[in-house]
Amino acid sequence: MKAIRQAGRPRQELFRRYGMLLVLVVMVFLASMLSDRFLTASNLLNVTRQVTINAILAAGMTIVIISGGIDLSIGSVVAISGALGAGLMATGAGWAAGVLVTLLVGLALGITNGLFIAYGQLPPFIVTLATMALARGFTQVYTGGRAITVTSQTFQWFGHGYVGSIPVPVIIMIIIYILGYFFFKRTKLGRLVYAVGGNEHACRMAGIRVNRVKVAIYGINGLLAGLVGVILTARLFSAQPTAGVAYEMDAIAAVILGGTSLSGGRGNIGGTIVGALIIGVLGNVFNLMDVSPFYQDVAKGLVILVAVLLDRLLHAGGGSLRRGVSSGADQAKSA
Amino acid sequence: MAKKLPDADGYVVRMKGITKAFPGVLALDGVDFQIKAGEVHALIGENGAGKSTLSKILTGVYTKDAGEIEVRGQSVEIQNPLDAQRLGIRIIHQEFNLISHMSIMENMFLETLGHKPWGLVSYLEMRKKAKEVLESLGLDVSPDRLVRELSVGEQQTVEIAAALSKDADVIIMDEPTAALTDAEVERLFEIINRLRSQGTAIVYISHKLEEIMAIADRATILRDGRLIATKPISELTRDQIVHMMVGRPLHNMYVRSRTPSQEVVLEVENLSVPGKVKEASIIARKGEVVGLTGLMGAGQHSLLRAIFGAEPGTTGTIRLRGREVTITSPWDAIRSGIGLLTENRKEEGLILPLSVMFNISLASMEKVTNMGIIDHKQERRQAVDYLEQLDIRTPSVDQQVEYLSGGNQQKVVLAKWLATEPEIILMSEPTRGIDVGAKAEVYRLIDELAAQGKVVVVVSSELPEVINLSDRIYVMHEGRIAAELDAAQTTQEEIGMYGTGGKYYEGN
Repeated sequence: MKAIRQAGRPRQELFRRYGMLLVLVVMVFLASMLSDRFLTASNLLNVTRQVTINAILAAGMTIVIISGGIDLSIGSVVAISGALGAGLMATGAGWAAGVLVTLLVGLALGITNGLFIAYGQLPPFIVTLATMALARGFTQVYTGGRAITVTSQTFQWFGHGYVGSIPVPVIIMIIIYILGYFFFKRTKLGRLVYAVGGNEHACRMAGIRVNRVKVAIYGINGLLAGLVGVILTARLFSAQPTAGVAYEMDAIAAVILGGTSLSGGRGNIGGTIVGALIIGVLGNVFNLMDVSPFYQDVAKGLVILVAVLLDRLLHAGGGSLRRGVSSGADQAKSA
Repeated sequence: MAKKLPDADGYVVRMKGITKAFPGVLALDGVDFQIKAGEVHALIGENGAGKSTLSKILTGVYTKDAGEIEVRGQSVEIQNPLDAQRLGIRIIHQEFNLISHMSIMENMFLETLGHKPWGLVSYLEMRKKAKEVLESLGLDVSPDRLVRELSVGEQQTVEIAAALSKDADVIIMDEPTAALTDAEVERLFEIINRLRSQGTAIVYISHKLEEIMAIADRATILRDGRLIATKPISELTRDQIVHMMVGRPLHNMYVRSRTPSQEVVLEVENLSVPGKVKEASIIARKGEVVGLTGLMGAGQHSLLRAIFGAEPGTTGTIRLRGREVTITSPWDAIRSGIGLLTENRKEEGLILPLSVMFNISLASMEKVTNMGIIDHKQERRQAVDYLEQLDIRTPSVDQQVEYLSGGNQQKVVLAKWLATEPEIILMSEPTRGIDVGAKAEVYRLIDELAAQGKVVVVVSSELPEVINLSDRIYVMHEGRIAAELDAAQTTQEEIGMYGTGGKYYEGN
């Protein structure tokens, strides 16, 4: 009498999983009705390219949020890593050194966040809020408030190049998401991200070295911010002192829209790319319709609110349903 | 407050033909359940028998699919918890619904606090009423005390007081003694007797049959969602109840196929945990089940955690097969071949949102990974093996572990530790909150592990369990080992005497 109940996924769960994909499809449909320029190859490529930066940051943020944390510093980390990389190249260093330093600065700051959070036992919100201010301030000091121009054409390729007809940033994004999928599906660390987010204390009691896991998580997130530092600097031909302001908010929004729970332990990276695309399509449609960017922010806020509300309602419904299923399983047990 | 009257036959609640289905399963199948005013009515059954579904229907958490409910002779529909409260039906859960940084009286009158104009609160009136109710329950504390300053037993009394102050005359108690000390259990029984004499009906849900035999007037036994019997407790024996619960006679709860050897595997010397354990020394031999017991808070749980490296500030020596080992974290302990099944599986044992399979491999990831990459086939094979070996009932290994019943969750935790292939398994209250059938399986498994040559150290507060399960028993009192006893010769009285500090142990 092992399985009298089918392991069928409740309808809510199905919607939770694919609901946002449905929202995206509906948005694309509406967008193509509203503007005949939307469904052109050049515009779609444009949307995708605009999405890349947020999508890459959101991939890292997915890891952080599933582990039960948050990282507010990534926007500032994008700026400081880009500025230091560009500054190095301005002194005559080659493009490879520039890329490497940008990535390493991101990684180092991420690891620093992780060390304070794990070994200092401080809340991620506070630690990364401090890093956000520190890194932004340091960027302003370092750049003197002026942009640092990058002249290396090889470096610029990371923002402007194409492989075939596909922009390089889009390719990088696709690679990141393939790696991300593999990370969560197949790696031990990816599994431990869920475990730590689901119940940190139980992880410690199971002999998991939670502190190391946390340092790795924030390190990866910092590295991805460094990667965005490379792409953004290349895209703008320069490192801007105000680069990346509020990028963390868009990244968090994409993760939440993607159905990942802010309380940790649940979520998936496939949802995050959908969330990033929803935000991207929304912005693109407003651009095509010549709506002021200020209204775009209003609309974005509303979409996030509605999405989270929807999620909450489904979750609450799912909750009572779950209780039912749970007694169902109890029942199955004693049969 | 005017007492509401029962119907002509003395019943406050009559539930008839209650049926409730969940996807794929019939949780309740035409169950009748009647509660008389002034009786203690035990609701008995294994996990999943339908007790909690029935009490949730009565308290408005679930709505029934079919059947009728009469309260005091009036046919009623209970659609939500508020309906139940208005009808005077209250439930007191294992986990209390108290706000710990507020006072007793504020907790008691939480819902009516703001019923004065402009949200003002009359503390004077509240204090007077609170005092009355508390006194009627024999709890002599100031209503101004903060809840967090109270003992678990006192907090429970406050919960009961809160229910009474809201005119509840049917109180459902769900495993009320789970976290109480023996003395507190006695006090609870006094309160229950008081309530009974005042005409309050109590529905008493518990796995502990001794308690039920001691306090209940009648018992209703459920199995697989069906009513098996409702009878006065005086017409039932313990064995009959177990038979009705499980559906078959359960003769030998405890099995002994093992033969402990003389080879000492674990030596713990002068282990101290600040404020909890004082220079405790124990040994455990190959193939032996060692019991560790004492009053609540005597240090037995901390000692186990300290051996596992989970108590900061631990000092002392641990030797495995004569070799000294340094254990400062659970990670160290697992590498030394030690596993610890904690007493609170939901907080420390399981990652609830993750699957059965993930939970099983959690503590031994290196067995199913290669250079950090998970071997899914290997992991699944391992999980399926344990499902069969431990008879874990779940639709699949991919099921989220939070959907499993308590007994099956406990077996998943066990599987997690078995997967680490430990030489020494420490178990803290391994049968807490699981039903009698699952208990027997856990006992059988413990014996099996010992028979395989492993060392099992079990902490349990239930004396019959300790005596029947163990080969040797250590009794703790105020952080110290007060006695080492031969399980075959000792008695509950002897353990109780050492546990309360009545007599000190003078070495071998």
